[in-house]
Amino acid sequence: MFRNQYDSDVTVWSPQGRLHQVEYAMEAVKLGSATVGLKNKTHAVLVALKRASSELAAHQQKVIPIDEHIGIAISGLTADARILSRYMRTECLNHKYSHDSYLPVSRLISQLGNKMQVCTQRYDRRPFGVGLLVAGYDDQGPHIYQTCPSANYFDCKAMAIGARSQSARTYLEKHLDQLSSSSLEELIKHGLRALRDTLPNEVELSVKNVSIAYVGKGVPFTIVNETDTGKYLGMIEGEERRGGGGPPDRPAEPLRDDAGDQDQPPEPRPSVAMETE
Amino acid sequence: MFSNNIVENSYDPFQMYKKKPETASPFNFVERSKAPVTTGTSVVAVCFKNGVIIAGDTLGSYGSLARFRNCPRIIKVNDNIILGAGGDYGDFQYVKDLIEQKVIDEQCLDDGFSLKPKSLYCWLTRIMYNRRSKFDPFWNNFVVGGLQDGVPFLGTVDKLGTAYCDKIVCTGYGAYIAIPLLRDAFEKNPNPTEQEARDLVVKCMEVLFYRDARSFPKFQLAVITKEGVSIEGPLDIKQNWEVAYVTQN
Amino acid sequence: MSSIGTGYDLSASQFSPDGRVFQVEYAVKAVENSGTVIALRGKDGVVFAVEKLVTSKLYEPGANRRIFTIDQHVGMGVCGLIADARQIVDIARREAANYKSQFGVKIPIKFLNDRVSMYMHAYTLYSAVRPYGCSVVLGSYDPEDGSSLYMIDPSGVSYGYYGCAIGKAKQSAKTEIEKLKLTNMNTKELVKEAARIIYLVHDELKDKNFELELSWVSKDTNGLHERVPEHVFLEAEKSAKQAMEADSDSDTEDM
Repeated sequence: MFRNQYDSDVTVWSPQGRLHQVEYAMEAVKLGSATVGLKNKTHAVLVALKRASSELAAHQQKVIPIDEHIGIAISGLTADARILSRYMRTECLNHKYSHDSYLPVSRLISQLGNKMQVCTQRYDRRPFGVGLLVAGYDDQGPHIYQTCPSANYFDCKAMAIGARSQSARTYLEKHLDQLSSSSLEELIKHGLRALRDTLPNEVELSVKNVSIAYVGKGVPFTIVNETDTGKYLGMIEGEERRGGGGPPDRPAEPLRDDAGDQDQPPEPRPSVAMETE
Repeated sequence: MFSNNIVENSYDPFQMYKKKPETASPFNFVERSKAPVTTGTSVVAVCFKNGVIIAGDTLGSYGSLARFRNCPRIIKVNDNIILGAGGDYGDFQYVKDLIEQKVIDEQCLDDGFSLKPKSLYCWLTRIMYNRRSKFDPFWNNFVVGGLQDGVPFLGTVDKLGTAYCDKIVCTGYGAYIAIPLLRDAFEKNPNPTEQEARDLVVKCMEVLFYRDARSFPKFQLAVITKEGVSIEGPLDIKQNWEVAYVTQN
Repeated sequence: MSSIGTGYDLSASQFSPDGRVFQVEYAVKAVENSGTVIALRGKDGVVFAVEKLVTSKLYEPGANRRIFTIDQHVGMGVCGLIADARQIVDIARREAANYKSQFGVKIPIKFLNDRVSMYMHAYTLYSAVRPYGCSVVLGSYDPEDGSSLYMIDPSGVSYGYYGCAIGKAKQSAKTEIEKLKLTNMNTKELVKEAARIIYLVHDELKDKNFELELSWVSKDTNGLHERVPEHVFLEAEKSAKQAMEADSDSDTEDM
């Protein structure tokens, strides 16, 4: 039943110095729908793909506001993300209460990292099965941070996480030079195109399944409403779809969880997720 | 926490560290500090065009006794904050240690952020109000000065957690003696230069020395501008007692 | 490691029949997979250098630093799981602050080393936790005691060093360090050597991109631990690259 005998607990090191339970938790992030974060000199943008659990259900919320200057997009276990977002909100609020100023993004993330690490070292806990893209603005400008279940976090120029997100990362790497000088509108368009690259061919972005949010200089964290989302989608409509920047990580995920007669999902192949660098 | 007493009623070597059980008795109440011990007197502070000045003398009074003559109570917190304090000197030293550790913590992070005066002012307000709500206040007046994103900032907190910002802040006896002088001067010249502000503050220190029986003719004077923080002193108050004969009967 | 897989290697609270605690040894493996960290103790201070591997070009340069300031006078270089290491940094900072609040002076690094070692050791005793997957190097300079350098393993064991190396290329780095006359060198010279060694031991084939991190704590910095100033950094990096080129030139001549 076990893949190997060293993957039963987070407290067990493998002979190679790996933590399999943590690596499996990293896999949970890839089960969530894709989300993209990117920034220019003044704004940070999150673009996320939402799923609905059934025809009758609304799309699952992917973007969570934390404070006026910070918001997150999640991929993985939504319930775990809610714990983290509550923690982040509390930290921001406490800082505002005691210091009458916004908590710098880097400090929030490092506190969060330390909280998440504890769950990777104790028998009675499990790692958080969620990855976050954090968009924030502070005195040092806009930020995009990525956090992982391994309690690693990265200060990014742009990033994409979630199902088939490699295609989005390919897009972002390709356009990295243009990002910092682009306007907010162009930035959102880049985000949407990157997100679109993660979609299987038969799926389109729509006002229902896309969340756009941004924060920036003098602009509090804002989730774009449906009307404006439609406008942004219109701007990239008709462009040639690139259909992904290469072979997807794994077969197309259904955009609905009950999408019907699926083949058995393929055996997940955990990558070496513990980046020790 | 300290020991597992297996035998009941046996001698417990940690007994003295343990909290005694609370009993409802009129003689079993906790008494809080109701007065300061070694105290500093007034702090005088003003904003000028591009900075803030805070001054205070170096006397630590023991009641009415001028007991300690070298008690500095104006400190540099970081490159954009200075702090002055009056009231209980021990409480001030305790709070000062807390603030210094806060600043070191921040230096260790080395993330490019440093405490701003408004944040320190807010934080002090919180701890002061918190302690007064426990009926165990820090017996101090704090005056926070600095540059908030380049703009002069001046605020004060007292032992009750009362806090306000103004261009002129004086605590202790200075609130009665120096504030009227400064208001008068500011009415005539609302935006003094550094030199004008400095002359004003020095004048206030002199008047306070004449009028305040808990004062001392040596004081510190801290100036904060874009160029940085300078804390001068102890400076001498020039004294002129020629008019003293008038007060003789 | 003949007893691997015999079932005695699944818990930190269990000895194997031949008297080893395998879980601790496995944790050390995690450290050995990490980018190299070296620290050199000279006559007037300590220098840290880190080979920080960068796995994506989407990351901001300079992020995820692996040299930390524990207290004004103490630096720490970390190797292994960075998330684990940050926890150690946090503990070390708390111990330093706690010591200062109790005794009013900066914590002597000897005591800090003791406390952090004991903390890490505690995580090798119980089945409910795992040992830390990181090693840390502590260094400081004191006008009275001179410079000192300690390294702590995941096992909680620590030793004092004149020069130490951990991580991927610790063997070749150690060989290079042993060639230096550390006790005769000052930090200005050591910074250049440290940068050179990091460039030398970096494996370009396996790990493409890396960032060099340098810090020092010395007499010249008034006993404060800080990142080396930019001009010193650039100079050290430049001479490291030159040394590399000279090295590869002589290699081709040998062929």
